[in-house]
Amino acid sequence: MLDTLLSPKEKLKIKIAARDLSFFYGDHQALFANNLEIPENRITAVIGPSGCGKSTHLRIYNRIFELYRDQRAEGEVLIDGVNILDRNVDVLELRRKVGMIFQRPTPFPMSVFDNVAYGMRLHFKLRKSEIAERVEGALRGASLWEEVKDKLNGSGIALSGGQQQRLCIARTIAAEPDILLLDEPTSAIDPVATLKIEELLLSLRKRFTIVIVTHNMQQASRISDFTAFFYKGRIVEHDTTTRIFTNPSNKKTEEYITGRFG
Amino acid sequence: MFELFRKKENLRDRAFMILTLLCAFLPLAAAIGFLILLGGNSAEAFRTFGFGFLVSTQWDPVQELYGALPAISGTLVTTLIALGIAAPLGFISALFLVNAPEWLAYPLSQALDLLAAIPSIIYGMWGLFVLAPVMQECIQPFLADTLGLGKVPFFGEDYNGFGFLTAGLILALMVLPYICAVMRDVFRMTPGPLREAAYGIGCTSWEVASDIVLRHGLRGILGAVFIGLGRALGETMAVLFVIGGIAELPHSLFGSGTTIAATLANNFNEADGLLRSVLFALGLILMLLSLSVQAVAQLYLRNMDRKRGEK
Repeated sequence: MLDTLLSPKEKLKIKIAARDLSFFYGDHQALFANNLEIPENRITAVIGPSGCGKSTHLRIYNRIFELYRDQRAEGEVLIDGVNILDRNVDVLELRRKVGMIFQRPTPFPMSVFDNVAYGMRLHFKLRKSEIAERVEGALRGASLWEEVKDKLNGSGIALSGGQQQRLCIARTIAAEPDILLLDEPTSAIDPVATLKIEELLLSLRKRFTIVIVTHNMQQASRISDFTAFFYKGRIVEHDTTTRIFTNPSNKKTEEYITGRFG
Repeated sequence: MFELFRKKENLRDRAFMILTLLCAFLPLAAAIGFLILLGGNSAEAFRTFGFGFLVSTQWDPVQELYGALPAISGTLVTTLIALGIAAPLGFISALFLVNAPEWLAYPLSQALDLLAAIPSIIYGMWGLFVLAPVMQECIQPFLADTLGLGKVPFFGEDYNGFGFLTAGLILALMVLPYICAVMRDVFRMTPGPLREAAYGIGCTSWEVASDIVLRHGLRGILGAVFIGLGRALGETMAVLFVIGGIAELPHSLFGSGTTIAATLANNFNEADGLLRSVLFALGLILMLLSLSVQAVAQLYLRNMDRKRGEK
């Protein structure tokens, strides 16, 4: 499906493929048999009005919804061709591979250093020197190193909101995932810090497949390569970001991106 | 015209302020009053024995020689046993209660609250008639002979069912509901996104609990432990029945001994003269012990807040 959207030169590998994906909160159906393909090493933005199911969709990719008893997904999500909704998938390894950043920064109640080292230690057996090296690498990767290198032993909670969010990104990339899921990562953060995070995401695009849910249309157009528009639990349109924002084929999409509702 | 001076209302307001002030000072006044009472009445004991009273192990009513160390150490030992059992148990059961489905968590929570409502004398009776025989016939022989702990220091000697371990077990059961209930509330207050983030990075439930929830709620969890500590330190009736009531230093978990509260309860009936003063001195020590536990807890928490950069 995505192949037809792209110019022949741009032959992209599909990293995530949702097939007939439905989702239920108890008896309430929130997503309706959606299909979506997400290309590797690109940023895909997921947009749509509140309650359209965009966050819900994202939360299926790392099976975080399973923390809640009455939530369930139907259909398939293929990551590198493997259906991750299969019962036999190791969910801990899945979550290492598919990192998630949340709306509000969620620094762990420990030092800056330990925040980053924590996820690493969960998944890899490392020597002390390796850990220090990788923590620095992850903090540099999250463009945070220069700001925190003198207070690595200080509390992660004491950082500013934008720094906390980048700390969470550092923590996530330290676990060496393939995919980064971001659920409105800048909605609780001031504009300057938001721009920093956007730049950061653009720099991370080479290493990771990024899916970002956002309410901010400018943000989607600034940083994403592809955009999927959700409306009332269905994917209305999925295309290159340029086309979605300049020449959408669906009337609803056009109404939404021009700000007529949402 | 405006009524600028509404004297009557002003007066009533001021009276109310004074009333609230008095109420607020009442606990402070009571605490100071207790200290004065205990201090005044224990003066004779301290005059007679000096501060050696604190480290002396003698307890000889005939020659009127008294020392506080057996009671103090007995109190500390039983309290430590109780907390050593109740704190981890409370932590784990609180974790379960928070994560269990409602139909199971609700009755279990109710049962826990019920446990807190049982009068301590009932625990004492249960300890005397049920736990002590079980300790004597099953647990003590099992620990000592089957596990071979009998030859290890602190596990040997008279298996009569009474003693520090029995008292500690009862205390653990008594403080468990308090610790567990407070921890349960602390866990409920862990922000959802923080839990999700921890799971999201690939933590198991246990890792989320021990690394994230525990640290996040450390303040409240320590608070819970100190509530238990305060209660275990001063508990009288439940301990009195099973501690054995001998003024001796603890030398074995199975051995008999005494605690401050048990000593007081045992002796106040017929106490006069020097013994009466000695008992007041023991009471003073118990109160200071509780106060210093509180003070240490406060200091520790303040220090921790500073380290975590929250204040």
